[in-house]
Amino acid sequence: MKDHKNILIVDDEEVVVKSVIKIASLEGFSIEGVNDVFTAFQKIEETDFDLIISDIMMPKIDGFKFLAELEAKRISTPLIMTTGYTTIENAVQSLYHGAIDFIPKPFTLDEMTSVLHRGIRYGTLIKAYNSGSTILVPCPAKYFRLGYSSWMNKEPDGSVLIGATDLFIKTLGQVKNVDMHFPNGILIQASPAIKIEAEDGLVHQLISPLSGTIIDRNEKLIDDPVLLEKDPYFDGWIYRIIPTEFDYEMKLLIPCSSDRS
Amino acid sequence: MFRKISLKLILVVSITVIAIIGVYSYFNIKSQSDVLLSEVERHAYQLSETVKNSTRYEMLLNQQEHIDAIINTIGQDPSISGVRVLNKEGVIIYSARKNEIGKMLDKHTESCYACHAENKPLERLPSKDRTRIFRTNPDSSRILGIINPIYNERTCYESDCHVHSRNAKILGVLDVSISLKEVDEQMRYNEIRELFFTIISISVIACIIGFFVRRWVDKPVKELVKATNQVSTGILNYQIKELGEDELGVLGKSFNNMTKKLDETSQQLYQSTKMASLGQLAAGVAHEINNPLTGVLTYSSFLLKRTKDNPEMQEDLNVIVRETMRCREIVKGLLDFARQSTPKKSLIDINEIITRAIAVVNNQMKLNKINLVKEYDTTLPKITADANQIEQVFINLFINGIDAIGQDGGTLIIKSSRITLSPKGITQIKNAVCAKNHSLMDTNHKIGGIPSVKVKVKSNSNEGFINIDPIYGNHRNYFGISLGNISQINLTCPTCDLSLIDKSNKCPECSGPVYKIPIANQGFIEGCASFKDNWQRWEVIDLAGESKFVKIDVTDSGCGIPSENLNKIFEPFFSTKGQKGTGLGLSVIWGIIDNHNGTISVQSEIGKGTSFSIRLPINEMIKHI
Repeated sequence: MKDHKNILIVDDEEVVVKSVIKIASLEGFSIEGVNDVFTAFQKIEETDFDLIISDIMMPKIDGFKFLAELEAKRISTPLIMTTGYTTIENAVQSLYHGAIDFIPKPFTLDEMTSVLHRGIRYGTLIKAYNSGSTILVPCPAKYFRLGYSSWMNKEPDGSVLIGATDLFIKTLGQVKNVDMHFPNGILIQASPAIKIEAEDGLVHQLISPLSGTIIDRNEKLIDDPVLLEKDPYFDGWIYRIIPTEFDYEMKLLIPCSSDRS
Repeated sequence: MFRKISLKLILVVSITVIAIIGVYSYFNIKSQSDVLLSEVERHAYQLSETVKNSTRYEMLLNQQEHIDAIINTIGQDPSISGVRVLNKEGVIIYSARKNEIGKMLDKHTESCYACHAENKPLERLPSKDRTRIFRTNPDSSRILGIINPIYNERTCYESDCHVHSRNAKILGVLDVSISLKEVDEQMRYNEIRELFFTIISISVIACIIGFFVRRWVDKPVKELVKATNQVSTGILNYQIKELGEDELGVLGKSFNNMTKKLDETSQQLYQSTKMASLGQLAAGVAHEINNPLTGVLTYSSFLLKRTKDNPEMQEDLNVIVRETMRCREIVKGLLDFARQSTPKKSLIDINEIITRAIAVVNNQMKLNKINLVKEYDTTLPKITADANQIEQVFINLFINGIDAIGQDGGTLIIKSSRITLSPKGITQIKNAVCAKNHSLMDTNHKIGGIPSVKVKVKSNSNEGFINIDPIYGNHRNYFGISLGNISQINLTCPTCDLSLIDKSNKCPECSGPVYKIPIANQGFIEGCASFKDNWQRWEVIDLAGESKFVKIDVTDSGCGIPSENLNKIFEPFFSTKGQKGTGLGLSVIWGIIDNHNGTISVQSEIGKGTSFSIRLPINEMIKHI
């Protein structure tokens, strides 16, 4: 494993490319920027990237096609999607099609920094997992997840528990603090649900797998945020919600049972 | 040729008239000519009898000169075309025409044929068959001939002259022929008269039909054609003036209804297209703006990090970051507007929604120098509603307020509060019906801006309509007739006349009759049918008990709404602003609030301002799991 992390940013908007380059450089990553998918593939052939950040809306080849192309070429570099036309559909679709994360534009420096670190760690973790040097606890088979980050499980009473996956928590490093919504708050699918501060000072936002009204939250997390790390799928649940668009939104979630094949 | 309805009608009616008059005339003329002919026949017979009798004596005396003279004299009469006496052998022995005398007539000539048609001659012939009508040549007028047989009598064969033997039965024939010229003329005159009458009738009928078709068909059809042309040129709201009550009148009304609906739909379409393109525009703008914003946000944050030891610069940079973040929120709002997804009801904080709505119109308020007064009740519970829709309601109400205030500044007060109300005075009668399920709701007569309940009233000998206030417990009833001092009253359904009076009940206040009107799915509403007092009862609603509401008042100090418009402002596309309107009309606001089981009402005073009150129900429990 090399220490130096390589990032590729693909965006037709030069100012965005430059911005991301600035942020990545500030964090000590090496980064290259291109303005279209075609050039991106040229770069990918030259260099081994650890993380790709791509805009969705680009002329000629858009982010979704880029993602499909990467998969077709069996390039497993993690990809984070970003777009200026931020719709929930865009975000959920990109996660459904294999992007590891989604960051809406305009993003702040801190938001991007967190996302970059998560993405890099994600790549490292997956590699380690594949080589058998680390364990990732998969979510229980009856759960569903949005991308790799959040899970949901429908309880017998019709309410839904949501939480963060082991992989997501592991990409954060050590959990230090959580900032949660109060009951009666509204969650929207693919919008931030909880802010988790890691030991390294970065604040990460976990996106909600479903839309709904919060009817209960796990108060234990406030006193003991590390519960998220210890038992992410049971004691470390975050909210209990009543989903509003359950049937529609469920279609965009990935069943955890598919992770065990 | 016969493209016009009037001409077609005239043609058909003319043919009918011709047929009727033709048949009538045929029989009429026939009977007339029969009468005339029989008259002539009778006359001819009498004449021939007279001739026979007057020559009888001379015959007996065999004074041939005398007979000749008599026949001659009679033959002088212009109407008599011939008088002649034939003997048994058919020889003309006397005649008014001298040249005929001595001629022998063949038995087959028309004068003889009647008796000699068969081999054995007839001796007696009925007088009808003795006549014959003939023409001497095709151009001459008709002639009626009558044969009068001269029978052998005792005096004849016993006479001194002994001309006739005793055995002969018939001695000869007197043949008188009378010209039918006059009769024919009379008949021709009658025919002409009938023809003339037919022509006159047809002309008169044509005129009458033409006039009324023009009046009843042509004019309305022209009006309709004009109207359809107007509609095709794009004037969709063209209305035809009253065309009367006939089929075309009904067509006209239906046309008016159609154009009204067409106009509404096209307006709605226009509105939604406008909203859709606005949405696309917003989305495009958002996409374009977000990229440069990313740059601004990143670089300013970056500078912020690099200048940690320069507090003065930090302060300035913080402003840039903060304001850029604000831009981000605005663009996000724009995108939210563009999306306008299906209604998603969730628990919302109404104060927060109002604040969000204010943010949208804040700039415009400042431009119009509007002093915004917020009087929030911060203890309000959350309500179940679609945040986006409710936000739009407020944005539109605020824009209306801003427009009403105008450029010169004013005050806009937004007040939220919690109220508990008894169902009386707030519950709307939405679907009153009669027992046969005819709707009693009258959208043409609104009370307080909402359709009223229309019932037919019969009191004493008077008959009319009453529009009952659609708000339970309110009594702004409209009386179409004066009830005065009534002894008897009956309220009925305007459609089927079924009585709405509950005979088993008496008004607990005045002991008078009580009406009982079914409300679809909501039991019955009862009330004092004589309207002497305000007693009213709606059991289903009363049992539901008091309701809790969040009430939001939006009061502007603007120009106000004329009272005649107050009832109309919630109607679709009622606007005093023309196309300046911002998209959703008050009707849509009304629809949104109504969908949330809330109410919206308006009070206004010209020059002082307008106040909209929205009530949205609070449901304490989340019931859907």
